[in-house]
Amino acid sequence: MADEIATTDPSSTPTETAEKLVVRFAGDSGDGMQLAGNRFTDASALFGNDLATLPSFPAEIRAPAGTLPGVSSFQVQIADFDILTAGDAPDCLVAMNPAALQTNLKDLRQGGTLIINTDAFDERNLAKAGYEANPLEDETLEGYRVIRVPMDDLTKLAVKDSGVSGRNVLRSKNFLALGLMAWLFNRPTDPTIEWVEKKFAKLPEVAAANTAAFRAGYNFGITTEATKNTFEVKPAVLRPGTYTNVNGNTALAWGLIAASQKAGIPLFYGSYPITPASDVLHELSRHKNFGVRTFQAEDEIAGIGTTIGAAFAGHLAVTGSSGPGIALKSEGISLAFMLELPMIVLNVQRGGPSTGLPTKPEQSDLLFSLYGRHGESPLPVLAIPTPSEAFEMAIEAARIAIKYMTPVILLSDNYVANGSEPWLLPDLDAIPEIEVEFAQHPNGPDGTFLPYMRNVDTFARPWAVPGTPGLEHRVGGLEKDSLTGNVAYDPGNHQLMTDTRAWKVANIANDVPDIEVAGDKDASVLVLGWGSTFGSIGAASNRMRKAGTKVASAHLRHLNPLPNNLGQVLSTFDKILIPELNTGQLLKVIRAEFLIDAVGLNQVTGEPFRVTDIEDKIAEMTK
Amino acid sequence: MTTPAYTRKDFQTDQEVRWCPGCGDYTVLASVQGFLAELGRPREEFVFISGIGCSSRFPYYVNTYGMHSIHGRAPAIASGVATTRPELSVWVVTGDGDALSIGGNHLIHALRRNINLKILLFNNQIYGLTKGQYSPTSEVGKSTKSSPFGSIDYPFNPVSLALGAEASFVARTLDMDRNHTQSILKAAYEHEGSALIEIYQNCNVFNDKAFIQLTGKEERVHNRIDLEHGKPVVFDEGAKAVVMRGGEATIVDSSSVDPKAIVVHDETRPDPSTAFALSRLSHGPYGPTPLGVFRNVERPVYDQEIQVQLETAKEKLGEGDLEALIRSHGTWTVEESSANGGS
Repeated sequence: MADEIATTDPSSTPTETAEKLVVRFAGDSGDGMQLAGNRFTDASALFGNDLATLPSFPAEIRAPAGTLPGVSSFQVQIADFDILTAGDAPDCLVAMNPAALQTNLKDLRQGGTLIINTDAFDERNLAKAGYEANPLEDETLEGYRVIRVPMDDLTKLAVKDSGVSGRNVLRSKNFLALGLMAWLFNRPTDPTIEWVEKKFAKLPEVAAANTAAFRAGYNFGITTEATKNTFEVKPAVLRPGTYTNVNGNTALAWGLIAASQKAGIPLFYGSYPITPASDVLHELSRHKNFGVRTFQAEDEIAGIGTTIGAAFAGHLAVTGSSGPGIALKSEGISLAFMLELPMIVLNVQRGGPSTGLPTKPEQSDLLFSLYGRHGESPLPVLAIPTPSEAFEMAIEAARIAIKYMTPVILLSDNYVANGSEPWLLPDLDAIPEIEVEFAQHPNGPDGTFLPYMRNVDTFARPWAVPGTPGLEHRVGGLEKDSLTGNVAYDPGNHQLMTDTRAWKVANIANDVPDIEVAGDKDASVLVLGWGSTFGSIGAASNRMRKAGTKVASAHLRHLNPLPNNLGQVLSTFDKILIPELNTGQLLKVIRAEFLIDAVGLNQVTGEPFRVTDIEDKIAEMTK
Repeated sequence: MTTPAYTRKDFQTDQEVRWCPGCGDYTVLASVQGFLAELGRPREEFVFISGIGCSSRFPYYVNTYGMHSIHGRAPAIASGVATTRPELSVWVVTGDGDALSIGGNHLIHALRRNINLKILLFNNQIYGLTKGQYSPTSEVGKSTKSSPFGSIDYPFNPVSLALGAEASFVARTLDMDRNHTQSILKAAYEHEGSALIEIYQNCNVFNDKAFIQLTGKEERVHNRIDLEHGKPVVFDEGAKAVVMRGGEATIVDSSSVDPKAIVVHDETRPDPSTAFALSRLSHGPYGPTPLGVFRNVERPVYDQEIQVQLETAKEKLGEGDLEALIRSHGTWTVEESSANGGS
């Protein structure tokens, strides 16, 4: 194999230009498909395509090799225009073994390109994947453009001089596949090679093997003219500006750091590892030079406990988890509500209940976020619609928490958390400061301090942090006197405090931006969404409108309190459709709140909506 | 700045203390308030965090910053305070149910991390606030409302538990003995890192006289083993001594052994084995029982270490630059009125 990318003109194979392409890498969970997908994505991002990704992997780190449950995949849609989802059906599928072919072939569009590692199709693997006959030898693959590649043999050959030996040799297989894909889709090769050199700087032989395999894959495409044409997708016409490719967990972590800077107080993150929230902990723990303290707690309860302590002490306090972990934090969140301390509780939702589907997206914790606490304890609830918007939603959550002295629940899900998209970098200076006003002076008669004397506009109580002379005070979970904060059991006071706490949160509605309607204002159907369905709903609406159907859509970022104009907006449409990855939770809220006969489109398959499913539903409702 | 001249009164609040008359908690409260006044440290620098239970009402009665939190979680909440504000003096007030049953996990992890918390564990060997069920320190066979046929739960020895978690400071004292309590409080305060103080505390309503072997005029002479650093472990007016036999601490007649064989207490011994052996001399306050500091060793303190990491990161990487951070994954620019990107 050549050491360098072959210098023969790759364009000797004709190139077909497409507006958009959906590519899926599928293999065993040990085959490095997430890495290959991410590299392909980054190269595409740097090339200037718009894109959206959908990683999908098993909950087991290494499910038995070659089996159906062990299949891990990564789908990315690249386009020369603004796209919103990772696409429904792949145009190209890489299948590293029979199990990957078995579980993914049904999604590949007719006539799509199939790249197969033929070396993996031995009897044992075929049996594990449930194939009675070898699909490479019967009619299974008819109707697809199949590129057969002996990836194991080619990898062995390519890396033989790299210094990598034994079972590590085949670990470079994903780079061979990636190289071939780079050729097939005319991706730039430099970003990948530079990434490998940087990533494996301390393991030069691994770097050499991966680079050699990548080049071998690329050159295999050229020299064998593996297919009659290659594909390209031109850079997208996006809004001018500087972009980066970011996933939701990373954007969220950066948003929390930004919020801490805008508020001028240090960030504390108390958390217990849980999928799919752990990456927020990982990301934040790398940025101690921003003054970020991360605390890997002994359990979920200590995650919220330390966060309450940090909030009491005057830090921007955040705890993060996923459904089961949030359940464990519930008692602590109610205490935080009672104490009226600012903090963010992040829930990166996954399929539930219980351990459920730890690596799959679902929106089934909405009602839990709104109501999942004992006692009368309403909290602000926000939801992140897209990976890149996680940045500003983190800042918004901090703003509300601090301004109103309340815990805020911030909902993400596995789709937002692990999916990535180009992010038009914001002007950081233009982001407003978050005003933090620590109490400094007694506010009561005779120099006393009244920890529950409220701001007349926000109903927020003062934030008096330990170390401030003269403001020593005690707070606690027992009901408190409406001014002194002393324990108070009298009936009128409990009524007053319950009403006041609820009113304080309800009043935030006046500080919530109006919901905006996209699309046709005079349509009969409004599609209302929240959270990670943003892309699917937007794409479906756009396509329907292009095809001549009038449709409107609106997306909620504030789930409690709801925007003040929501009722009015809903009342101007004949029909309301609410697609959700649950059995109808926002639907229930909207019907209860506005007495509107809204219709649900609900799915709990552990997968995001296919755009066509939403289109079909809109079509049905507009008929 | 001059150190404030405080009296005990400065650490009292305007709240009526609502423990049962005769409760041991009153004595401990007075000991702590008196001790805080003597320190002369500004009172806004103290934070008292408690859980749930009779003793956990404590913060309401101490005029510092305080939080009466939820059952078992005080060490976690206090860890959040100490981690973010290492300059404060953070105290945890907890009981045997709060610390050892519902909050057992937080307790051992706070001790393991060696966070700068001073944990006052009021052990009355009973659930008081819920009106008299057996606790994780109640003796086997104890007949209570929830164990009418006698408890079959084997109890924790809190000192052994803390030593097992490699706590850097472990001590035991008695509610009634204010001087002893205050000397232990002082040692704990001066210790850097977490400190666990087990306080035998009489619940005169649901478990009266549980500690009579150590408090009764007749009994205490025979049963109090006062551990003193650098001194031989002897008690009962010198008649009894503690020696190590086969790795176990054993009580013998002083006259029957070579004085050199008697254990000389060394609270600073890095290995906790001897301290643990001493803690096994009693399984509860039913006979000869050691009081005092079992262990007092230096070990890296969590909240200081976190500070060091923050400072090291700043030295190495410079003050965090958000603009650079959001560009750290590579960027590309889309020019004005151009379909082409790529850079």
